[in-house]
Amino acid sequence: MDVSWFVVLSAFIFCIGAAGVMTRRSPLVILLCLELMLNAGNLALIAFARMVGNVEGQIFALIVMVVAACEVVIGLGVIVAMYRRKLPIDVDDMAELRG
Amino acid sequence: MFFEQLLFLVAGALAIGGALGVVLLRNPFYSVLALVTHLFALAILFLLLTAAFLAAAQVVVYAGAVMVLYVFVVAYVGGSDDELRPATAGPLVVIGPIFAGALLIELIVAIVGSSLSALDSRGAEVGAGFGSPGAIGEALLTKFLLPFEAASFLLLIAAVGAVVLARKRRGLREPADAISVADVVRHQPPAAGTQKEAIG
Repeated sequence: MDVSWFVVLSAFIFCIGAAGVMTRRSPLVILLCLELMLNAGNLALIAFARMVGNVEGQIFALIVMVVAACEVVIGLGVIVAMYRRKLPIDVDDMAELRG
Repeated sequence: MFFEQLLFLVAGALAIGGALGVVLLRNPFYSVLALVTHLFALAILFLLLTAAFLAAAQVVVYAGAVMVLYVFVVAYVGGSDDELRPATAGPLVVIGPIFAGALLIELIVAIVGSSLSALDSRGAEVGAGFGSPGAIGEALLTKFLLPFEAASFLLLIAAVGAVVLARKRRGLREPADAISVADVVRHQPPAAGTQKEAIG
Protein backbone atom coordinates (compact mmCIF):
# COMPACT_ATOMS: atom_id res chain seq x y z
CA MET A 1 0.00 0.00 0.00
CA ASP A 2 1.27 3.44 -0.86
CA VAL A 3 1.80 5.82 2.00
CA SER A 4 -0.46 8.39 0.35
CA TRP A 5 -3.51 6.19 0.98
CA PHE A 6 -2.93 6.37 4.69
CA VAL A 7 -2.44 10.13 4.60
CA VAL A 8 -5.66 10.65 2.63
CA LEU A 9 -7.52 8.44 5.10
CA SER A 10 -6.18 10.50 7.97
CA ALA A 11 -7.39 13.68 6.21
CA PHE A 12 -10.88 12.15 5.98
CA ILE A 13 -10.93 11.25 9.68
CA PHE A 14 -9.62 14.69 10.65
CA CYS A 15 -12.37 16.46 8.70
CA ILE A 16 -15.10 14.23 10.16
CA GLY A 17 -13.80 15.10 13.62
CA ALA A 18 -13.66 18.81 12.79
CA ALA A 19 -17.27 18.74 11.56
CA GLY A 20 -18.29 17.03 14.80
CA VAL A 21 -16.54 19.61 16.97
CA MET A 22 -18.35 22.40 15.15
CA THR A 23 -21.85 20.90 15.08
CA ARG A 24 -22.34 18.86 18.24
CA ARG A 25 -23.48 20.53 21.45
CA SER A 26 -22.66 18.06 24.20
CA PRO A 27 -19.13 18.61 25.57
CA LEU A 28 -18.77 14.83 25.94
CA VAL A 29 -19.23 14.31 22.21
CA ILE A 30 -17.00 17.29 21.43
CA LEU A 31 -14.22 15.61 23.43
CA LEU A 32 -14.80 12.41 21.45
CA CYS A 33 -14.50 14.35 18.19
CA LEU A 34 -11.27 15.91 19.46
CA GLU A 35 -10.01 12.37 19.98
CA LEU A 36 -10.85 11.66 16.34
CA MET A 37 -8.80 14.63 15.19
CA LEU A 38 -5.83 13.67 17.38
CA ASN A 39 -5.97 10.10 16.09
CA ALA A 40 -6.01 11.32 12.50
CA GLY A 41 -2.87 13.29 13.30
CA ASN A 42 -1.32 10.16 14.80
CA LEU A 43 -2.10 8.16 11.68
CA ALA A 44 -0.45 10.79 9.48
CA LEU A 45 2.60 10.91 11.76
CA ILE A 46 3.03 7.14 11.66
CA ALA A 47 2.50 7.05 7.88
CA PHE A 48 5.23 9.64 7.40
CA ALA A 49 7.49 7.77 9.83
CA ARG A 50 7.06 4.71 7.60
CA MET A 51 7.73 6.82 4.51
CA VAL A 52 11.03 8.13 5.87
CA GLY A 53 11.91 4.84 7.53
CA ASN A 54 12.63 6.58 10.83
CA VAL A 55 11.24 5.68 14.22
CA GLU A 56 11.09 9.29 15.44
CA GLY A 57 7.64 9.93 14.02
CA GLN A 58 6.33 7.04 16.08
CA ILE A 59 7.80 8.61 19.23
CA PHE A 60 5.96 11.81 18.30
CA ALA A 61 2.71 9.84 17.98
CA LEU A 62 3.32 8.24 21.37
CA ILE A 63 3.70 11.69 22.98
CA VAL A 64 0.48 12.81 21.23
CA MET A 65 -1.27 9.82 22.84
CA VAL A 66 -0.04 10.94 26.27
CA VAL A 67 -1.27 14.49 25.70
CA ALA A 68 -4.63 13.17 24.48
CA ALA A 69 -5.01 11.09 27.64
CA CYS A 70 -4.29 14.17 29.79
CA GLU A 71 -6.79 16.23 27.79
CA VAL A 72 -9.47 13.57 28.27
CA VAL A 73 -8.89 13.38 32.00
CA ILE A 74 -9.11 17.15 32.51
CA GLY A 75 -12.07 17.54 30.14
CA LEU A 76 -14.06 14.79 31.84
CA GLY A 77 -13.17 16.28 35.22
CA VAL A 78 -14.63 19.61 34.12
CA ILE A 79 -17.78 17.87 32.84
CA VAL A 80 -18.22 16.01 36.15
CA ALA A 81 -17.76 19.31 38.02
CA MET A 82 -20.41 20.93 35.79
CA TYR A 83 -22.76 18.05 36.50
CA ARG A 84 -22.19 18.34 40.27
CA ARG A 85 -23.06 22.04 40.17
CA LYS A 86 -26.22 21.18 38.19
CA LEU A 87 -25.10 23.24 35.22
CA PRO A 88 -26.54 22.36 31.80
CA ILE A 89 -24.26 19.93 29.92
CA ASP A 90 -24.43 22.00 26.74
CA VAL A 91 -21.72 24.16 25.26
CA ASP A 92 -24.16 26.72 23.87
CA ASP A 93 -25.36 27.56 27.38
CA MET A 94 -21.78 27.82 28.64
CA ALA A 95 -20.92 31.14 27.02
CA GLU A 96 -19.72 32.97 30.15
CA LEU A 97 -16.03 32.69 29.31
CA ARG A 98 -16.50 33.94 25.76
CA GLY A 99 -13.99 36.69 25.21
CA MET B 1 0.02 -7.93 -1.34
CA PHE B 2 -3.64 -8.59 -2.03
CA PHE B 3 -4.19 -9.48 1.60
CA GLU B 4 -2.59 -6.20 2.66
CA GLN B 5 -4.90 -4.19 0.41
CA LEU B 6 -7.93 -6.08 1.65
CA LEU B 7 -6.91 -5.41 5.24
CA PHE B 8 -6.42 -1.71 4.47
CA LEU B 9 -9.84 -1.46 2.85
CA VAL B 10 -11.62 -3.21 5.71
CA ALA B 11 -9.77 -1.27 8.43
CA GLY B 12 -10.14 2.04 6.59
CA ALA B 13 -13.88 1.51 6.10
CA LEU B 14 -14.25 0.61 9.78
CA ALA B 15 -12.24 3.70 10.80
CA ILE B 16 -14.34 6.06 8.69
CA GLY B 17 -17.56 4.33 9.73
CA GLY B 18 -16.61 4.61 13.39
CA ALA B 19 -15.72 8.27 12.97
CA LEU B 20 -19.06 8.99 11.28
CA GLY B 21 -20.79 7.09 14.07
CA VAL B 22 -19.14 9.29 16.70
CA VAL B 23 -20.40 12.43 14.99
CA LEU B 24 -23.85 11.29 13.86
CA LEU B 25 -25.17 9.05 16.64
CA ARG B 26 -27.36 10.95 19.04
CA ASN B 27 -26.77 8.97 22.20
CA PRO B 28 -23.29 9.75 23.63
CA PHE B 29 -22.99 6.17 24.85
CA TYR B 30 -23.22 4.87 21.28
CA SER B 31 -20.74 7.53 20.21
CA VAL B 32 -18.22 6.13 22.71
CA LEU B 33 -18.76 2.61 21.38
CA ALA B 34 -18.29 3.87 17.80
CA LEU B 35 -15.02 5.48 18.87
CA VAL B 36 -13.84 2.14 20.32
CA THR B 37 -14.48 0.54 16.90
CA HIS B 38 -12.60 3.38 15.25
CA LEU B 39 -9.63 2.94 17.57
CA PHE B 40 -9.40 -0.79 16.90
CA ALA B 41 -9.45 -0.14 13.16
CA LEU B 42 -6.69 2.43 13.58
CA ALA B 43 -4.62 -0.13 15.49
CA ILE B 44 -4.86 -2.44 12.46
CA LEU B 45 -3.71 0.42 10.22
CA PHE B 46 -0.77 1.05 12.57
CA LEU B 47 0.19 -2.61 12.19
CA LEU B 48 0.12 -2.21 8.39
CA LEU B 49 2.55 0.67 8.81
CA THR B 50 4.87 -1.58 10.87
CA ALA B 51 4.23 0.26 14.12
CA ALA B 52 3.66 -2.79 16.31
CA PHE B 53 4.27 -1.12 19.65
CA LEU B 54 1.97 1.80 18.89
CA ALA B 55 -0.77 -0.57 17.75
CA ALA B 56 -0.54 -2.40 21.07
CA ALA B 57 -0.49 0.90 22.99
CA GLN B 58 -3.51 2.09 21.01
CA VAL B 59 -5.54 -0.95 22.01
CA VAL B 60 -4.38 -1.11 25.62
CA VAL B 61 -4.24 2.57 26.53
CA TYR B 62 -6.86 4.15 24.26
CA ALA B 63 -9.47 1.49 23.61
CA GLY B 64 -8.88 0.05 27.05
CA ALA B 65 -8.20 2.67 29.69
CA VAL B 66 -9.35 5.97 28.20
CA MET B 67 -12.59 4.58 26.79
CA VAL B 68 -13.47 2.95 30.12
CA LEU B 69 -13.12 6.40 31.67
CA TYR B 70 -15.47 7.78 29.01
CA VAL B 71 -18.04 5.04 29.61
CA PHE B 72 -18.00 5.73 33.33
CA VAL B 73 -18.49 9.47 32.88
CA VAL B 74 -21.28 8.99 30.30
CA ALA B 75 -23.00 6.59 32.69
CA TYR B 76 -22.57 9.09 35.53
CA VAL B 77 -23.65 12.24 33.72
CA GLY B 78 -26.25 10.43 31.65
CA GLY B 79 -26.35 11.18 27.97
CA SER B 80 -29.37 13.03 26.72
CA ASP B 81 -30.83 11.73 23.48
CA ASP B 82 -32.41 14.98 22.38
CA GLU B 83 -29.32 17.11 22.36
CA LEU B 84 -29.47 17.80 18.63
CA ARG B 85 -32.22 20.37 18.71
CA PRO B 86 -32.66 21.37 15.08
CA ALA B 87 -35.23 24.05 15.83
CA THR B 88 -32.89 26.13 17.97
CA ALA B 89 -29.64 25.07 16.37
CA GLY B 90 -27.35 27.89 15.38
CA PRO B 91 -25.88 28.56 11.97
CA LEU B 92 -22.86 26.40 12.83
CA VAL B 93 -24.87 23.25 12.12
CA VAL B 94 -24.97 24.33 8.47
CA ILE B 95 -21.61 26.07 8.26
CA GLY B 96 -19.67 23.37 10.13
CA PRO B 97 -19.98 20.54 7.59
CA ILE B 98 -19.38 22.97 4.71
CA PHE B 99 -16.20 24.15 6.38
CA ALA B 100 -15.11 20.57 7.05
CA GLY B 101 -15.73 19.63 3.42
CA ALA B 102 -13.69 22.61 2.24
CA LEU B 103 -10.90 21.60 4.61
CA LEU B 104 -10.98 18.03 3.22
CA ILE B 105 -10.72 19.25 -0.37
CA GLU B 106 -7.87 21.54 0.59
CA LEU B 107 -5.98 18.76 2.39
CA ILE B 108 -6.41 16.31 -0.47
CA VAL B 109 -5.25 18.89 -3.00
CA ALA B 110 -2.22 19.49 -0.79
CA ILE B 111 -1.47 15.77 -0.48
CA VAL B 112 -1.94 14.97 -4.16
CA GLY B 113 -0.11 18.07 -5.30
CA SER B 114 2.80 17.71 -2.91
CA SER B 115 6.20 17.09 -4.42
CA LEU B 116 7.01 14.31 -1.94
CA SER B 117 7.86 11.57 -4.42
CA ALA B 118 8.14 8.99 -1.64
CA LEU B 119 4.45 9.50 -0.89
CA ASP B 120 3.56 7.23 -3.81
CA SER B 121 5.83 4.43 -2.70
CA ARG B 122 5.60 1.83 -0.02
CA GLY B 123 8.09 3.83 2.02
CA ALA B 124 11.70 3.28 2.84
CA GLU B 125 13.13 -0.16 3.33
CA VAL B 126 13.03 -0.97 7.01
CA GLY B 127 14.38 -3.88 9.02
CA ALA B 128 12.37 -6.37 10.99
CA GLY B 129 12.78 -4.45 14.23
CA PHE B 130 11.22 -1.21 12.95
CA GLY B 131 8.55 0.01 15.36
CA SER B 132 9.12 -2.83 17.80
CA PRO B 133 9.04 -2.13 21.55
CA GLY B 134 12.82 -2.42 21.62
CA ALA B 135 13.36 0.24 18.96
CA ILE B 136 10.80 2.58 20.53
CA GLY B 137 12.22 2.11 24.01
CA GLU B 138 15.75 2.73 22.88
CA ALA B 139 14.80 5.97 21.12
CA LEU B 140 12.65 7.05 24.05
CA LEU B 141 15.35 6.56 26.66
CA THR B 142 18.31 7.92 24.71
CA LYS B 143 17.49 10.61 22.17
CA PHE B 144 14.06 11.55 23.50
CA LEU B 145 14.69 11.35 27.23
CA LEU B 146 13.58 14.92 27.88
CA PRO B 147 10.18 14.62 26.08
CA PHE B 148 9.69 11.29 27.89
CA GLU B 149 10.20 12.92 31.29
CA ALA B 150 8.05 15.90 30.31
CA ALA B 151 5.25 13.50 29.30
CA SER B 152 5.40 11.70 32.63
CA PHE B 153 5.29 15.03 34.46
CA LEU B 154 2.30 16.11 32.35
CA LEU B 155 0.47 12.89 33.28
CA LEU B 156 1.12 13.59 36.96
CA ILE B 157 -0.24 17.14 36.64
CA ALA B 158 -3.33 15.86 34.80
CA ALA B 159 -4.01 13.24 37.48
CA VAL B 160 -3.78 15.84 40.28
CA GLY B 161 -5.92 18.26 38.27
CA ALA B 162 -8.62 15.66 37.69
CA VAL B 163 -8.78 14.88 41.41
CA VAL B 164 -9.08 18.58 42.27
CA LEU B 165 -11.74 19.20 39.61
CA ALA B 166 -13.97 16.20 40.23
CA ARG B 167 -13.63 16.05 44.01
CA LYS B 168 -16.81 16.13 46.00
CA ARG B 169 -16.92 19.42 47.83
CA ARG B 170 -18.60 19.04 51.15
CA GLY B 171 -20.06 21.92 53.06
CA LEU B 172 -21.07 23.58 49.83
CA ARG B 173 -24.18 25.64 50.05
CA GLU B 174 -26.93 25.08 47.52
CA PRO B 175 -26.06 26.79 44.27
CA ALA B 176 -28.11 29.81 43.32
CA ASP B 177 -30.34 29.71 40.27
CA ALA B 178 -28.14 31.73 37.96
CA ILE B 179 -24.71 30.18 37.98
CA SER B 180 -21.83 30.43 35.57
CA VAL B 181 -18.76 28.52 34.51
CA ALA B 182 -16.61 31.00 36.35
CA ASP B 183 -18.28 29.94 39.59
CA VAL B 184 -17.12 26.38 39.12
CA VAL B 185 -13.56 27.49 38.70
CA ARG B 186 -13.37 30.43 41.07
CA HIS B 187 -15.84 29.78 43.84
CA GLN B 188 -14.31 28.21 46.94
CA PRO B 189 -16.52 27.55 49.94
CA PRO B 190 -14.98 28.42 53.32
CA ALA B 191 -13.71 24.96 54.18
CA ALA B 192 -13.07 23.52 50.75
CA GLY B 193 -9.69 21.97 50.10
CA THR B 194 -8.64 21.89 53.76
CA GLN B 195 -8.05 19.21 56.33
CA LYS B 196 -11.26 20.21 58.03
CA GLU B 197 -13.24 19.36 54.91
CA ALA B 198 -11.57 15.98 54.55
CA ILE B 199 -12.54 15.03 58.09
CA GLY B 200 -16.05 16.22 57.40
